[in-house]
Amino acid sequence: MESIIQYLWLIPTAPLLAAGAGALLPRRRRRLSAGLAIGAISISFLLSCAAFWATLHSGRATSNFRWFDFGTTSVQMGWVLDPLGAIMAVMVALVSLLIFIYSLGYMAKDENFTRFFCFLALFAAAMLGLVIANSLLLFFMCWELVGLASYLLIGFWFQKPSAAAAAKKAFIVTRIGDLGFLVGMLWLYAKAGTHLFYDHGQGCLEPAAAGGLVASTAIALLIFCGAVGKSGQIPLHVWLPDAMEGPTPVSALIHAATMVAAGVFLIARVYPLMTPGALQVVTWVGALTAVFAASIAVAQSDIKRILAYSTVSQLGYMMMGLGAGGVAVGMFHLTTHAFFKALLFLGAGSVIHGCHEEQDIRKMGGLRLRLPVTFATYAVGMMALSGVPLFFSGFWSKDAILDALHHWRGSQVPFYLGLLGAFLTAFYMTRQVCRVFLGKPMTVEAEHAHESPPVMTVPLLILAALAVMVGFFGTPAWPWFQAYLDGGSAGFDLSKLMNEHQLPVMLLSTALVAAGIVWSGWIYGRASARPAREADPLEVAQPALFACVQKKFYVDEFYDATVVRLTTAFARFCDWLDRVVLGGLVRAVCWLALALARLDRNVDKSVVNEGFDIGTEAVRGAGQWVSRLQNGQVQRYLRVIGLAFCGLLILLLWGCA
Amino acid sequence: MTPSLNQYLVLSALLFGIGLAGALARRNAVLVLIGLELMLNAANLNFIAFWRFGPHPEKLMGLMFVLFSIAIAAGEAALGLALVIAIYRHRRTAQVDRFDSLKG
Amino acid sequence: MLNEIAFLLCAALTLAGAVAAMMLRNLVHCALCAAGAFAGLAAIYLQLDAEFVGFAQLLIYVGAIAILIVFTVLLTRGAEIQPGAASSASSWWKGVPVGALVLACLIWSIMASPSLVRLPSPNVHAPVKQIGEQLMNQFVMPLETIGLLLTAALLGAVVIGLREPRTSEPNS
Repeated sequence: MESIIQYLWLIPTAPLLAAGAGALLPRRRRRLSAGLAIGAISISFLLSCAAFWATLHSGRATSNFRWFDFGTTSVQMGWVLDPLGAIMAVMVALVSLLIFIYSLGYMAKDENFTRFFCFLALFAAAMLGLVIANSLLLFFMCWELVGLASYLLIGFWFQKPSAAAAAKKAFIVTRIGDLGFLVGMLWLYAKAGTHLFYDHGQGCLEPAAAGGLVASTAIALLIFCGAVGKSGQIPLHVWLPDAMEGPTPVSALIHAATMVAAGVFLIARVYPLMTPGALQVVTWVGALTAVFAASIAVAQSDIKRILAYSTVSQLGYMMMGLGAGGVAVGMFHLTTHAFFKALLFLGAGSVIHGCHEEQDIRKMGGLRLRLPVTFATYAVGMMALSGVPLFFSGFWSKDAILDALHHWRGSQVPFYLGLLGAFLTAFYMTRQVCRVFLGKPMTVEAEHAHESPPVMTVPLLILAALAVMVGFFGTPAWPWFQAYLDGGSAGFDLSKLMNEHQLPVMLLSTALVAAGIVWSGWIYGRASARPAREADPLEVAQPALFACVQKKFYVDEFYDATVVRLTTAFARFCDWLDRVVLGGLVRAVCWLALALARLDRNVDKSVVNEGFDIGTEAVRGAGQWVSRLQNGQVQRYLRVIGLAFCGLLILLLWGCA
Repeated sequence: MTPSLNQYLVLSALLFGIGLAGALARRNAVLVLIGLELMLNAANLNFIAFWRFGPHPEKLMGLMFVLFSIAIAAGEAALGLALVIAIYRHRRTAQVDRFDSLKG
Repeated sequence: MLNEIAFLLCAALTLAGAVAAMMLRNLVHCALCAAGAFAGLAAIYLQLDAEFVGFAQLLIYVGAIAILIVFTVLLTRGAEIQPGAASSASSWWKGVPVGALVLACLIWSIMASPSLVRLPSPNVHAPVKQIGEQLMNQFVMPLETIGLLLTAALLGAVVIGLREPRTSEPNS
């Protein structure tokens, strides 16, 4: 434990060095840059595993150091190794490793392959740094760095205007949340005097340290703003679906598995600060987001957008879990979701790759025969996400959340919203699978689709296995995960599965999931046999509602009409202010200066110059007049001398007399 | 020894006045020089007269002054006349009122 | 009485020579008249018991300077023939009033000084031997300086009086 904490900083440093080296490599050194990135992330993964192993036996270890001093205060930074960070580090490193390998195949034909791996390594470094950070300040730095990496990778194909716009949007929208985060952080520092999470084995972020319940709640909510932005919660979720403009491995890694989960991880990190009031807000925001995003996903036709809204929805679940059930519940769903959502995205990437960059599910169909491995793994992912009972991780983690919501004292509404979300999730995932893999091919591209190379399918298989297995670590019968995070020990007890608390919820959710799958399968199983041109069955049934949902409830349009327009109007106003008022002021000053200059010139001309002219004229005249005395005639001089002599003599004589 | 000091002095003053008037009135450079010599001689006469009528004639002070004065006058006359000749060679004239190159 | 008459004669000779030197039109006559005035002064010096100075005056002024003036007059002979020379003579008004004024002042000052009414010292004689001794003792420095001065004046007069080099001949 003591030894591993000394080397914990190597976990983010290895990929950081790889990113730095990759940035310096010429474009044609593809193998070297990919090898560097994958090797570095492998080192990080092994170190994370070692760290994880260390945390199994002992609790928490920190390593702090003083960054700099100003006045009497000193800013401390450091890293922490505890179950929360260790599980997150392992998850991030593992998913990153698999996705890096997958990218070898997916990006094989891209000419900016070297740059891609450089950015990926940078992202991994920032994310791992965020995970082990023991200071809110260091956390924020890494937080912004992952934001930067996300921006760079969404805009990786910046030649596409939509990708550039999406990158900009992602950056700006998350920045709005980060502003709240920053303010909260400053407030916290003002109150508590430290940004450390743990110092000398003690937590530093107690509500008491933050100056009472009200201040603590306010700070917690401000920090939650950052999480809302990063994790795509309502109302800042708009950037995440647009972020799908990036390459699919990026979507899988950053916008499904890791970075967007950082918001959830942030809340888990500062959990001691979260007062009941703050947690209520978290729960409600999560519940609304879960249902809202799931309902939008029902009507989308882009395979990646569906998954993106699904991600938003699942992040809402995580927030609900954190709010209602605690760190373990939320983190468990985060972990399972990371694996199966990465799996789904990579599967989608494989489909897109196989269908020659086609992303519209209405133009696919019948791919189960042409992409068998992808189909099998995708089905695993879909069932995990939908929450098919017993064998899939999603079931256990979602069930834990629903169970926590059921017992939540605040309100029962989030519980029902969660159930509705579960139903919707099952529905849209079944719809997607039916559209993509079942039925008959809708287009020529789909007919000639091909399976991806092993470099892409092997990570899929590994992720599929994990998507199944991870769930078993957190079942109610053997709550190892929860015990691990909370520092207790878990015993195996099948009877817990059957008690009266768990069973009704489990049965209810199972029934809803089954209903969703069957209904969706019934509708789309038939629909997928028909031509692609035909409208969606739901659209036929409820055209107005469907259109509304398809347009994402007009949130983007709403923002365009309000925030963006307001901002534009304000910018125009500022422009006007700048042009007319400030510009006028400047012009007035300029005019004044000009007038003064003219006055000065006139004074110079008429007074100074004239004065000098007159003066010099007078001097010259005097000189001329005097020079007439000096006429060169010696006799004149002699005469003057004589007269002067007389004058002198007369003066002397008179003086004597 | 009847003539008094005043008589000599008046003679000297007359000589000086004549020399000055001539030096001022005449245009020819040679005549101006002659006027100057006359004034110089008037001064010399004063020296001699004061020596003769002074309280310590045995010290020969006035005589010495006159001797040196005469020597200087000789040098002055030589130089002045050389200048007159040189200027005449340049300007083809000896009229002093033509020599006004130094006028302001 | 005899001395008085001798003084008056000498003074008359001197003044007449001076006036003539300043007034005559002919420059050679002027030079000769000036020589006469110098000779009159030399006589007055003799009368005042300054034999050595009187003879020096006779030698230098009458013998040297007057001859020099005559030579100069002869060398610049063309000057009086210049146009405008006639008008130049009629400018007495420029010089005589000033000369008269200075004269009046001097005579007034002489008349106004009571200390000038004195008798001459008796038995005054200035032998040449004594003058020579004084020159070699008390006045040796001025004597040397005068020698230097005269040498410089001689050289200067020669240089100035030299004919111009041939290059600037056309200018003259």
